Order: sequence, then structure tokens, then C-alpha cells
Amino acid sequence: MTESSANKLLNGDVCHRSSSGKKSGKNGFVKNHCLFQQPQKYRRLREKNQNVTRNSSLYKKPFLESFEETPLLVAVLTYMGYGILTIFGYLRDFLRHWNIEKCHVAREREEQKDFVPLYQDFENFYTRNLYMRIRDNWNRPICSVPGAKMDLVERVSHDYNWTFQHTGKVVKDVINMGSYNYLGFAENTGTCADAAVEATHKYGVGVGSTRYEIGNLDIHEEMEQLVARFLGVESSMAFGMGFATNSMNIPALTGKGCLILSDELNHASLVLGARLSGSTIRVFKHNNMQSLEKLLRDAIVHGQPRTHRPWKKILIVVEGIYSMEGSIVRLPEVIALKKRYKAYLYLDEAHSIGALGPNGRGVVDYFGLDPKDVDIMMGTFTKSFGAAGGYIGGKRELIDYLRNHSHSALYATSMSPPVAQQIITSMKTIMGEDGTTLGADRLRQLSENTTYFRRKLRDMGFIIYGNDDSPVVPMMLYMPAKIGAFGREMLKRNIGTVVVGFPATPIIESRARFCVSAAHTREMLDTVKGAVTLNAEYFYSSDTI
Amino acid sequence: MLCICYQCFFLLLPLLFALFQKRTTKMASGQQWVLVEMVQAFYEAPAYHLILEGILILWIIRLLFSKTYKLQETYKLTEKEKEDLIEEWQPEPLVPPVSKDQPFLNYDIVTGPPSHKITINGKECINFASFNFLGLLDNERVKHKALASLKKYGVGTCGPRGFYGTFDVHLELESRLAKFMKTEEAIIYSYGFATIASAIPAYSKRGDIVFVDEAACFSIQKGLQASRSFIKYFKHNDMEDLERLLMEQEQEDQKNPRKARVTRRFIVVEGLYINTADVCPLPELVKLKYKYKVRIFLEESMSFGVLGEHGRGVTEHFGVNIDDIDLISANMENAVASIGGFCCGRSFVIDHQRLSGQGYCFSASLPPMLAAAAIEALNIMEEDPGIFTVLREKCRLVYEELQGIPGLKLRGEQFAPALHLQLERSFGSRDTDLKMLRSIVDYCLERKVALTLARYLEKEERFLPPPSVRVVVTIEQTEEEIKEAAACIREAASSVLNSQHCDL
Repeated sequence: MTESSANKLLNGDVCHRSSSGKKSGKNGFVKNHCLFQQPQKYRRLREKNQNVTRNSSLYKKPFLESFEETPLLVAVLTYMGYGILTIFGYLRDFLRHWNIEKCHVAREREEQKDFVPLYQDFENFYTRNLYMRIRDNWNRPICSVPGAKMDLVERVSHDYNWTFQHTGKVVKDVINMGSYNYLGFAENTGTCADAAVEATHKYGVGVGSTRYEIGNLDIHEEMEQLVARFLGVESSMAFGMGFATNSMNIPALTGKGCLILSDELNHASLVLGARLSGSTIRVFKHNNMQSLEKLLRDAIVHGQPRTHRPWKKILIVVEGIYSMEGSIVRLPEVIALKKRYKAYLYLDEAHSIGALGPNGRGVVDYFGLDPKDVDIMMGTFTKSFGAAGGYIGGKRELIDYLRNHSHSALYATSMSPPVAQQIITSMKTIMGEDGTTLGADRLRQLSENTTYFRRKLRDMGFIIYGNDDSPVVPMMLYMPAKIGAFGREMLKRNIGTVVVGFPATPIIESRARFCVSAAHTREMLDTVKGAVTLNAEYFYSSDTI
Repeated sequence: MLCICYQCFFLLLPLLFALFQKRTTKMASGQQWVLVEMVQAFYEAPAYHLILEGILILWIIRLLFSKTYKLQETYKLTEKEKEDLIEEWQPEPLVPPVSKDQPFLNYDIVTGPPSHKITINGKECINFASFNFLGLLDNERVKHKALASLKKYGVGTCGPRGFYGTFDVHLELESRLAKFMKTEEAIIYSYGFATIASAIPAYSKRGDIVFVDEAACFSIQKGLQASRSFIKYFKHNDMEDLERLLMEQEQEDQKNPRKARVTRRFIVVEGLYINTADVCPLPELVKLKYKYKVRIFLEESMSFGVLGEHGRGVTEHFGVNIDDIDLISANMENAVASIGGFCCGRSFVIDHQRLSGQGYCFSASLPPMLAAAAIEALNIMEEDPGIFTVLREKCRLVYEELQGIPGLKLRGEQFAPALHLQLERSFGSRDTDLKMLRSIVDYCLERKVALTLARYLEKEERFLPPPSVRVVVTIEQTEEEIKEAAACIREAASSVLNSQHCDL
């Protein structure tokens, strides 16, 4: 699509005309119909610093989010890096083919050599030649609570990461910047753990049936009532796996003839759920309200493709905090659009529930909005609550319907009782229902830590993505070689971080990600900051050589 | 537009013809003209002629490349029309209203552990409904290990396997499962349903072909849907039908061998079908596998920890070499009485899921205490394979006791731990049938026998199984309890079904 047509599409026809100074307000008709318009050209996500609040009237406080543009030189160097890796990949594949280099890849059985190959040769090129070089940065086994500090199982590889051996030693007290332990409820002592112990004594760990049949325990009912109260919605339902909450419930809500408008950076589970539903899926630019509005208008005006029948319903699917970008959804604007165009809103609060808002009630709380404006409130218990599973909250009719039509309710084993108990206790702590201020303290601590850590990194001149209030802090690395180097160097300094590259991010935007927790102390964050600085110096000096 | 082009061309023709004529008149007649001469003629043509032709050619080119009119403009709506459309549009409600008389609007509430004795809606019953085949749900050893793990690791993992969500317990469970099943590798998932539903699309992609039994469970169906492959259903356990499909495919392949070389094929079957309680004819499937070069995926949620001398499932039951099965998946929510699922097989196959299994990569890992519980359950199973014999005995007993109940027919194998009681004759509609069966379940519940209806999403199932009451066998049920329960069901059937006959 050309620049001009994109411009036209995104600004709508009317403003295009009015900007050219002709025909404006003919027929005496109001010229501006779109809720959100920009006077200038539509800007692509990373073209400029987005430190500007649009539609500020909808926000109670400044909405600061930045995505610095990748410098051209860095982009060129990054592509070159991938180019070199690819060339070497081909070279090594060639050597392996002629048995000059030893091949470590698991082979097909002799009996099945004449079957259609299970994998195409090129399918695993990236895994074999790029991922394998830096594989030691992922799946690091841990052998303690995933709290602020954790113990890692030491492992070595004698064959360039094809296999790992455990040395039997333990790397003690690694600062954990990788786990989604936002409120620090990953604990093996304290009220939560005690309550979970009791639940295990009482119920055991399994359930052995589905919610619909005979696996509906009183503890599940108690948890769901609490979740509904916590979210401020009429009713809620919980499921045993966060991923499945999305992928098994969206198909119950929409179907053929429905339209799903999905953010381009939505999680794989939402994409899978949308796909399984059989609805039409259209993708809007990440957190871009002009793009969303344009799609909404077009959808309603033109109806379904070919038949032009009106859509049965339109579902907007967004996340609270995007886990790779650290951005927060522009919820006030999304809600305004949803109301204007009578669409439904599915909000996935996997990362934001517990981690955002003065009361820890997620992104709705953060913006001070009414939870009733969100039709489907979804979230997970894995992160802030230190448990597992997911929930859906909303109106009573919605939940009643899901109880009868959710794939998960009928076909999947219900949640383990100790896990449910962990959710109940941690949620009560956050709500202050345990009679202490522990929950409030944690919330305050998290928000302070987030601000502190983000400010420190930014002050040091690192490129940090995302919203200033988001505890997910992505720091840009760009070059593929830095992914491995950064992860290893940090581990040498006893800090566990997550590094991600393609395909989880765009190819030139490899990054390290820190997840700030309420359990982190100032000293820990300072240590991390110090280590990052040392690393940067190390990289910089080697870059210049 | 094309029409105009033609017109122009015809306009141009006489001119060209004139040029040609001019040349031929200059030439001696009978002489063959050559290209050089043609160029010469071109020079000699009068200037006005060339200019005219040039203009015409340009005109044709313009016509070819310009749009004569814009299609969209005629349809373009004015802003007001658009606004009206937007105002007018009324979406359907998010969910259709659920009628208040829906019999299952509220779930039965279980207080306390869902083990051998279960309290449903305040009534203590003997459990014939939970898939707790080996009675490990409230086993003290299992609980003890889970608690030890809880005290070490806490409850949640706070991350996916890739990002500090891999615990040493997970690695131990994976190697233990691989050892137990005698395969090279195993991979664990945090949710039973997600296991096969993620495993299938990791291998089978768009354009590939999957042959599936019609009775395949819902998670298989969802996995197939996510894979976007061609799905070919064969009749339940009908090997002739499967072979027919395979042969058809072979003929198809001969027509297009190039495509056939890259089209992967799979057979997906269950060991013991949860929907029918039948066992799959594995030896024949393996024969077909090698004959037609198709890979076999086997879902063993019902048979793992049940069939075979050591509980290794349907492969051990039939004495089939486990390496002949490409992938075995099972959940750890039935016999193992924990949460989650696993896949096992050769490393060549299984390892691929560590980057391609969606439910593995993108989901938080299994809470370590649940993994520890599963390890302890494996310990118990390895230490005393006698429990499988006990379970088989109990299964046989239940099977025998439930034979010949008037009005009901028993569906399933003699050694299946989850049997189905279906109505012999339908009462006309599925709804009334379900109501009948529900009354039987309620009747038994009153008399302290907990049963359940097998529940399905009626609109979503590919082949909806007939309504049935599910009877689950566990090793904790005593002979006496089984006999009492069977008598109770018999009584319930005669009382409910007979009264209904009178009503009709």
C-alpha cells in the first residue's frame, strides 16, 4: 500500500478533504465523525518517540510510553549480523552433510527413512544454526522458589549446547529478573504457603474430573466468588491453565459471521483462540487507536466480505500489559471506541492483574475506569498471585453461558485445590482482607521499584521500551550476538535475565527483559543496574575494536 | 477498455497497410522484401505519416495503462450514509441468554476431597465418577511428597519453561516418565487438555493429512482444528475403512507424486476411547503404518497407568514395540491423579515440541508440587505393578455386574475403567434421553452412589456420542460396594424407565 493511500485510510475521507481546504462542511454536516484523529499524518509505531498523550481528556494522569526508533546504523549492523550467522549456518550445514562436522541432531529411525520427512530441512535451519549457539540462555533449570533470588542448577555443555550436563553444583542466590513474580507471592513460607499446605492435606492435589461433571469443589466456588469481588464484576469463572483460558473460551463467545479485531502483538493463546473460533480476524497496529477505529468503521459499513451482510458481533481483543513491549493498553480510548461502535471488549490482563493500579486490580483500576465497561475480563493467576491458571470475569449471563459452553468446563480437569487456595490467600492479602497492610505494601513497593528501575536505566542512556508504570522493562540489544553475550555476562554476575530475539520479537529488535518484583530490594536493583552498565561498557569496548 | 484498444488497432491498420503498399510499389514485384528494406521504407515515409502513427501508438499505450473509470467510486458511500449505517448496526448479544431452567446451570458442589468417599451437595457417596483409577488422589505418600515440594518451591512457577520456569522437578519427572514408558524422551505440559491439542499442530501443518477415528475425544478435535490440515475421519475402530482411505490417498499420491513427497500423513487414535470405552486395534494400525508409511499418534489418557502388566498402556497391552508409535500422549489427571499431561517417544520427534508446542512454550510450567506428586505416583506404580491387576479385576467385576440391566446397555471393554451405560431405546429426543439418564444418576446419588453423565458440547462435537451415564472403576471400590452400586443402578433404571414408560 502506498504512503498516500495509507494516509487516506487512516485519517478517513472527510478529514482528507477538509485538510485540502475544499468542500468542508458542505450539506451543513458535521465533518468529523471519527473519535480519534490526528491532524498530521499517521505515524508508525516507532517512527517517533511517542511521549505524547493523545486524547488527553480521557486520561486522568499523563500516559507516557516510548518506543525509540532503531538507529539506522544499528539496524544495518543487526541485519549484517544475521547475514553472517546465516552464511555460517549454510557452511556448517554443508560440512554436516558431508560428515566433516559431527552432527548432533537426533535422527529418524532407520525403519522410517522412507516416510515423508517429519520436518522440512529448512524448517529447523534457524534452530540448528542460530538458536543452538545461544541455547544456554533459556530453560535454565532452577531449584528453589522463583522469588527475588533463586538458585540455579549449574549445567555445562561439551558439545556446543546440543546437550547439557548438570555438574551437581548449584549457583546460589541469583537475582531473579526473569520470573513474573510481580507482587512477590512466589514464596514457600508465609500465610499463602501455609494455607496451600492445609488445602493439600484436606483435598489432595488432583481432582480427577471436570467442573461440569463431578470436579466442582467448594474451594473453586469460593475462589470464583472472591475473584468476582476483586475484579468488581458480577460473576467469574476460573480455569486450570492461563493459555487455555484464552484458547478455549474465545471459541465459545464468537463464531462464524463474527469479527475479531486483535492487536498485532497479542499473545499466542489469543491468536489460537481467535483462530479456533472460526471468526474473521483482522489485526490492528499495536495500541494504535486510529488503526482500530478505521477497522471498526470499515467493518460496520462494509459488513462481511463478499456477502456484505452485517457482522453478528465484533470483539476487540487487547491485553493489559504487553509482555514483550512493556506497553499498557490505551484502555480509555478503547472503551470509548467500543461504546461508539457497539463492539465487545475482551481484555487479557495476564500481566497487568495485580501488577497495576492503586489497588492492584489491573489496568481498569490503573486508569480509574468502571470494570462494567469491559465485557470480558480475562487474566491469569500465574504471575502476580504466584499460582497457576486463569479466570474470566463479567456479567452473570456471560459466566452462566460459559459455565455451560466453555470447552474447558466440560472437557478439562478442574484446578488443583492447593493452587486454588494459593489464589484465595494471595488475593485476600492484596485486598487487605487478611487484616494486614501487607498487600498494600507490596503494591506500593512494586510501583516504587518499577519507577526507580526504569528511571535508573533510562538515566544510564539505555533504550527502554514501554510505559513508565509497567513492571515489564524491555531493554533493547538489537544485535543477535548480544543476545547470548548479555544473558551469559549477566549470569556471570549472578543475575538471571530473560533475553529474547526473533521470532518472539521483530528481527532487528532483540532485547533483554527485566520483570520488576515487589520482592526486589533497592540494593538488588542497584546491583542489576551496575551489572548492566558493566556489560554495556564491555560490549562497547569490544564494538570499537 | 479492451474494446477501445481494438478499435484503435483497426484504425492503425490501414495506415500500416498504406506504408506497406508504398514499399511494395517501390520494390520490383516478385522480389522478397527484407528487414533492411523495411527500415528504408520507414525513412522514406512522409513525416506527417510517421507522426500520426506515433500518436496512435502512444494513444494505445495510454489506453492500455490507464483506468477508464474507477469501480469503487460508484459504490463509495458518503459520510452521512456511513454514519447512518454505523448508527443502524445492532450487534447480537455477546452471549445468548441462558434459560433459567437449564438443568446444569449450577454445578454440583463437592465438599472435601473428591476421593473414594465423596460429598456431593452435602451427601456422602461412594465415588463412581472421578477418574481416580488407582486411588492415588488422597494417597498419603503422594500428599507427603507434594507438601515437601511445596515447602521447597512454593506453589506457582511464575514463568514459562523457557524463562526460569524449568524446575529440577520438571526435568526429573520428564526423565522418569521416559524411563517408565521406555522411550527416549518425554515432555510435560501443565494441562492435560492442552497436551495432545498442542502436540498435533506442532507436526501436522496446512496441507498435511490426518486420519482420525470418528470417536476421537474433544482435545484431539481441537488439535486437528488448530493444525489446519486435511482431516479424514474413518469409522470408529474400522480398519477396513481406514485402509480404504489410505488406499484412496495412495492413488491420489500417484497422480501428484511431487506433492506427495512433502505431504506428511498421520493417524491419530486413542488407546482406550474416553467416549466409547473401546480399545484401539493397535497391532493392525502398526501394520497399516508401515504399509502406507503413515505416522501414528496415540492418545493414552484413559489407558496410561491402566492397561498392560506395568501400566504402560495400550502398547504393553498388545505387546507392540513402543518405538513403532511415533508419539504417545497422555494426561496425568486420571491414573496419576495429579494435573498436567505428557508426550513421549523418540527424541527426534519429541524434542521438536520444545520450540513448537504452543501449550508448552507459551504457558506457565506445571507447579512443582504437582510434578512431585506425579513422580511419587510413578514410584507407587513402579513398586507395585500388582495394582494394575487389582484394577483389572475390579473392572471385570463392574463389567459383569452391569450386564443385562433392563433398558440400559453397557458400552465398553471388559478391562476399561470408565464404562458407558446407554439407553437401549431412545425416548425420541436427546433432551428427554438426557433427562432420563439424569434421573437415574439422581436416584443413585440419593442412595449414596455417585455417578455422572458423560457431558459433551453438543454443537461442537464432530460426531456426537449418544447420551450415557459414566461408571468409573477405581481400585478403592470394594467388591461389596460394586455389587451394591450395580444393584442400585438396576433399581434406578427399572424405577425411572418404567415410570416413564407408563407416562408415555
